[in-house]
Amino acid sequence: MPLDSSTRPDPDALLARLDAEARLAARGKLKIFFGASPGVGKTFAMLASARVLAANGIDVLVGVVETHGRGETQAMVEGLPLLPRREVEYRGHRLQEFDIDAALARAPALILMDELAHSNAPGSRHPKRWQDIEELLAAGIDVFTTVNVQHIESLSDIVGGITGVRVWETVPDHVFDRADEVVLVDLPPAELLQRLREGKVYIPQQAERAMSNFFRKGNLLALRELALRRTADRVDDDVRAYRREKSVTAVWPTRDALLVCVGGQGGEKLVRSAARLAAQLEVPWHAVNVETPAMQRAPEAERMQVLRALRLAQELGAQTASLTGHDAAGAAVAYAREHNLGKLLVGRSRPSLLAFLRRRGLTAKIGQLAGDLDVIEVAIPDDSDADAAAHLAAWRAGIEGSWRGKWRQYAWTAAGVALVTALATPLLEFIELTNIVMLFLLAVAVSALCFGRGPAVLAAFLSVAAFDFFFVPPRLTFAVSDVEYFVTFAVMLVVGLLIGQLTARLRFEASAAQAREHRTRILYETARELSAALTVEEVESAGERFARQGMAAQAALLLPDDDGRIQQGGEAAGAAAAGGSAFADTAIAQWAYDHGEPAGRATGTLPSSPLLYVPLRAPMRTRGVLALRPADEEDRSWAVAPEQQRLLDTGASLIATALERVHYIAVAQDALVDMESERLRNSLLAALSHDLRTPLTALVGLADTLVLTPAREEALQAELAHSIRDEALRTSALVNNLLDMARLQSGKVALRREWQSLEETVGGALKSRTGALAGHAIRVSLPEDLPLVEFDAVLMERVLTNLLENAAKYTPPGSIIEIGAEALPERLRVWVADNGPGLPPGRAERLFGKFTRGHEESAIPGVGLGLAIVRAIVETHGGSVRAENVTDAQENGGGDTQGAMRGARFVFELPRREAPQLPEESPQEPS
Amino acid sequence: MINADTPAPNIVLVEDEQQIRRFVRTALEGEGCHVFEAETVQRGLIEAGTRKPDLLILDLGLPDGDGVTLIRDVRGWSSLPILVLSARSDERDKVEALDAGADDFLTKPFGVAELLARVRALLRRHRAATDNSPLTSFGGVTLDLARRLVTRDGAVVHLTPIEYRLLTVLVANAGRVLTHRQLLAQVWGPGHAEHNHYLRVYMTGLRRKLEADPAQPKHLLTETGVGYRFSP
Repeated sequence: MPLDSSTRPDPDALLARLDAEARLAARGKLKIFFGASPGVGKTFAMLASARVLAANGIDVLVGVVETHGRGETQAMVEGLPLLPRREVEYRGHRLQEFDIDAALARAPALILMDELAHSNAPGSRHPKRWQDIEELLAAGIDVFTTVNVQHIESLSDIVGGITGVRVWETVPDHVFDRADEVVLVDLPPAELLQRLREGKVYIPQQAERAMSNFFRKGNLLALRELALRRTADRVDDDVRAYRREKSVTAVWPTRDALLVCVGGQGGEKLVRSAARLAAQLEVPWHAVNVETPAMQRAPEAERMQVLRALRLAQELGAQTASLTGHDAAGAAVAYAREHNLGKLLVGRSRPSLLAFLRRRGLTAKIGQLAGDLDVIEVAIPDDSDADAAAHLAAWRAGIEGSWRGKWRQYAWTAAGVALVTALATPLLEFIELTNIVMLFLLAVAVSALCFGRGPAVLAAFLSVAAFDFFFVPPRLTFAVSDVEYFVTFAVMLVVGLLIGQLTARLRFEASAAQAREHRTRILYETARELSAALTVEEVESAGERFARQGMAAQAALLLPDDDGRIQQGGEAAGAAAAGGSAFADTAIAQWAYDHGEPAGRATGTLPSSPLLYVPLRAPMRTRGVLALRPADEEDRSWAVAPEQQRLLDTGASLIATALERVHYIAVAQDALVDMESERLRNSLLAALSHDLRTPLTALVGLADTLVLTPAREEALQAELAHSIRDEALRTSALVNNLLDMARLQSGKVALRREWQSLEETVGGALKSRTGALAGHAIRVSLPEDLPLVEFDAVLMERVLTNLLENAAKYTPPGSIIEIGAEALPERLRVWVADNGPGLPPGRAERLFGKFTRGHEESAIPGVGLGLAIVRAIVETHGGSVRAENVTDAQENGGGDTQGAMRGARFVFELPRREAPQLPEESPQEPS
Repeated sequence: MINADTPAPNIVLVEDEQQIRRFVRTALEGEGCHVFEAETVQRGLIEAGTRKPDLLILDLGLPDGDGVTLIRDVRGWSSLPILVLSARSDERDKVEALDAGADDFLTKPFGVAELLARVRALLRRHRAATDNSPLTSFGGVTLDLARRLVTRDGAVVHLTPIEYRLLTVLVANAGRVLTHRQLLAQVWGPGHAEHNHYLRVYMTGLRRKLEADPAQPKHLLTETGVGYRFSP
């Protein structure tokens, strides 16, 4: 008989799933079709190779193919499945862009991505196509792509030099070097030119222009040589890598690693040289920037250049770091020692005096500090190339910016000098000219202290001029009677400038120290707040404060759910409801969380997003994402400066660690609860095995006896039947207690608080326990004017029932049980007292524990849950309960003329508020 | 209790537990009733519709649905008394069943004596529905509906109009459990369903005037968390 087909797994589906899993586990393979110049037929070669695979049943998808209207290429695309492009609106143009999400969702075995060096339209997830490809590879999709030699990052300088055409769209070398396969698509220059002439590459007019510019034969030859050599280098690497893998005696070169020190202009060039050198030497390399005080003073543009260079180094495969220290050489050498780097690369700019002094200083200092390190100087041509022009423009913009911001300060400085002049004029008769000079120097010092370097320089010059004009005879002219005064002017100017410089530096360093102190304090406060945080909400508020004070930004903590999907935070969701749009984009946050890398603003992924998403990486795993929105949306340098980055990194890791700690607190608590409930379960089982089995045994025995009883002994039969009934009811009460306790413990009991009359509830309790209380005298003493109180009547009846039952159980028959109550301000006190033997001494409080009984070994049935239930219910109502022995009649609140009540007393109190008023009713007769 | 001169009452018992059916049937047949059993809501509805029952005894948790739906269906065409057997301790289920039209409830486990007492009360009420006597007496108290007069041990008791109305509603539904909602709607009007504390105050007042020991009432009984019941 065949198996039921619906339950048997479909082998095809199984295979497909295995296949998909294997694909996810493995990274996709990257194959690059590499060419010397456009038109050599890379795209054609790629398509041809893809068609062969498609014919063999591989799932090929065309992600992006640019046919440039070439007929042959167009024909090759026919028949391959095409991924629809995504339309992007950018500055009025409709751009067709690659749709990465669709590609990932479609998950083909192989995807074709033409033009590796392409830059995506702003607003795409990644600025560069090679980043898209990285993500495709990471998702286990194989990729075919094409690139020309001039787009390789480390060669773009050289190509620019040869062809005079600078290429801005570049691909980092590591993408090229890490490709699994590189196919050189080669076409001799003569043939390429022939194709160009035939119009197979460009349409005729374009071809004409192209041939006179880029496609000159000399260019093509040089490019071809570059491409061949780059490919050969790679083949070399492959061979060497293969040998290394196979040989056991491979010797690792040590101390050959490179360190490049980036600072100031020409950094990118320096980094590219280092990358090339490292590639040739086949050694790892590091790039560092030393943040010296001088560096921090440098104009914004120069600092951005350093950061760009560092980022470039990172893209080119270097390990980068930003160091701090007063002495660049010392910090760099210390870093080199720490990381066992034997060669240092430093830049050498054109031999201007200042640059000469600075650079020489660096090389010489490194030599002095560490004679065993090789120092390599790299020439940095600056004046002639665009870098310098850009630098100059930036510098000018910086000056203008600072002037715009500071003109008020200059005006104040000028006013100050004028004031000194005005004050000094009447004093001229009484004091020497030399002392008037002192007054002017004072003005210079004050303006340096208040406004900084620029105004101080202005003050120095103005002072000299004013001194000359108003005080040096002949007065009110710039003419000077005595040549000696020129010495005075010169000294005055130099001293003024020196004082100004020194004071301004002091001021700057004080403010830098203050800023550092501010950052340290924020980190300290955040750390302190986080260390005290016990809940996620507390961590969140600490994170928000950190972002506000340290980063001048609004922040939201986005946490993943159990499946690792990022959830919109509670507060953010509230803001979204109020503001209309969500604070954070969960998709970007998800990306940052999944990849463990920052995304959004000021990063390489979705930089056009207004928010920055920082993953919170803790020692065990990523705990969430911190989304930051800068208070000033236009501030382009936000979160870019190294000290800000460091602050953010430190803050993020503090928050992450705190989140992890909170997580483990919860885990530990769960474990504790588990242990506690395990302990409880054990005592419950022990109690049950005795207390449940005893009545059940009695039941079985009684029933058997009933069967065996002769039919005529009706009295005995009735007695047995009654016993069976009592035992069964007792078991039922026990089960009820257990169920109630379980319900109360689970915290799922919703109180149904209503205005209740205690008298009614007492009546209910007495009625339900008529049987148990039969042998006892019950006294109810409730005041007539007892107000209504809010409580859950069912649960409160349970409290009274349990207390009454207890009293009946632990006192001899005939004892008195009294229920009393009194209304206190804001409370209602209720007690159940008896005149029995009283509580065992010293155990009053423990009685309320679960499975606790007055006397450990007792024939009185029960598992000791009754009082635990009483306490749970009363406390759920916000009240309290206690047990006491009444030894003196006077102390007995319910004591009256009927005599002393010595015995146990259980008292509970409930909070109460004023009962609602009833509508007035005229007390007339109903008739 | 069931008189020889009245025909044996028909009782439909809807309950899925066989042992419970067995002892309930035995007890009822001992009282001279005809018992028709059903195990599901479906069968229960058919039995109730075809056997002309004088009483329906119904378990709330049935295998093919909630007993409350059966109550609603039956109430659509009949006013026969319904006694609910409930294993659930949550009062809300009882209130729902009573609001749907059930007359009384018994919480499991229950004794035979208790069951028979409830059955008798409901059957009597069903039969007495046509009895138009204006006089009701209980525990020394006499209520004369015609003269709107209440006396206790011969002395006139002064009731407020609301107390009187509350008493008459309870007495008219003797043996039945009236939920808070039902009482509030009948005495104060439909707009007062949430004013439970009215009931507490006036019930306390009534008990003080009519009961011997208001803390342990014999006639104006509390069904904690559910409502009130008048027992003659």
